[in-house]
Amino acid sequence: MEIILSIVIVFMILGAIYALYAKDLLSALIACGIVGYGLVICFLLLRAPDLAIVQIVVETITLVIMVAVVLNSTREELKEKAVVKVDGVSYVHQRYIVNVILVVVFALFLLYFFKESIYTLNHFGEHVTRMSTAYIESAAEQTGSANLVTGVLFDFRGYDTLGEATILFTAVIGILTILRAKAKK
Amino acid sequence: MIVYLLCFILFLVGLFGVLTKRNVIKIVIGLSIMEFSIFLFFALIGYIDEGLAPIIVQNISSTKFVDPLPQAMVLTAIVIGLATNSMLLAIAIRLYKKYNTFDIRKINSLKG
Repeated sequence: MEIILSIVIVFMILGAIYALYAKDLLSALIACGIVGYGLVICFLLLRAPDLAIVQIVVETITLVIMVAVVLNSTREELKEKAVVKVDGVSYVHQRYIVNVILVVVFALFLLYFFKESIYTLNHFGEHVTRMSTAYIESAAEQTGSANLVTGVLFDFRGYDTLGEATILFTAVIGILTILRAKAKK
Repeated sequence: MIVYLLCFILFLVGLFGVLTKRNVIKIVIGLSIMEFSIFLFFALIGYIDEGLAPIIVQNISSTKFVDPLPQAMVLTAIVIGLATNSMLLAIAIRLYKKYNTFDIRKINSLKG
């Protein structure tokens, strides 16, 4: 199980790296789709069919929106060169050095906390359910929902869903405000 | 354990994109890659070996289910990710209309 998952995740990482380095923005978006649909396969392997369905829908919508944005503007990626030549002497661009140092510092910082926290987790596949034990035992009688995820989402944690709906509403209002053709008087 | 590490590497790839790329679309792609790695991490935490998908079927009496709580959280987070992504893209469209470029180095003359 772990091996199959690892293969899929490595595939996703390769897609992500290609998405960041593609010359054409359209192919970068398609490579971003590799990551999203690879995630769908991971969810199916991890026994999360609800997540897989939602992720397929959301990924498709996101890809369509992104492709529409790119086709309406420009497909060309910016020409960035790390090494600049001045008077025959080539030197690395200063901004590039700063960026790489920043990334390395962030990565080491996160790696430290990752290493510290990974010991507190159980091994993969040996998860111990603590509070969801009650959910699993009593969801069917208390909520009447055969799907436990739906039971948790809409009944035990209904306020989460309320907050989600609020965020969606706010985002729609924000998009309408940003894309409005001209200001009202 | 190796899947957690790979998931972390996926997060770092997204972070690298956000910090070093100068194209607005590439930054959006990097952000969504970071999002995906977090979703994957939550789903990985809740997995139990030989557990069933958390759906109760009448005839099967097995009670060994995958943890439904992280899945419910990720379900919320995916939809919120869609909202934030479309908002970022709306801002990108606006910036392109005004400055005719996706390069954030040239979009530094913002006013107001």
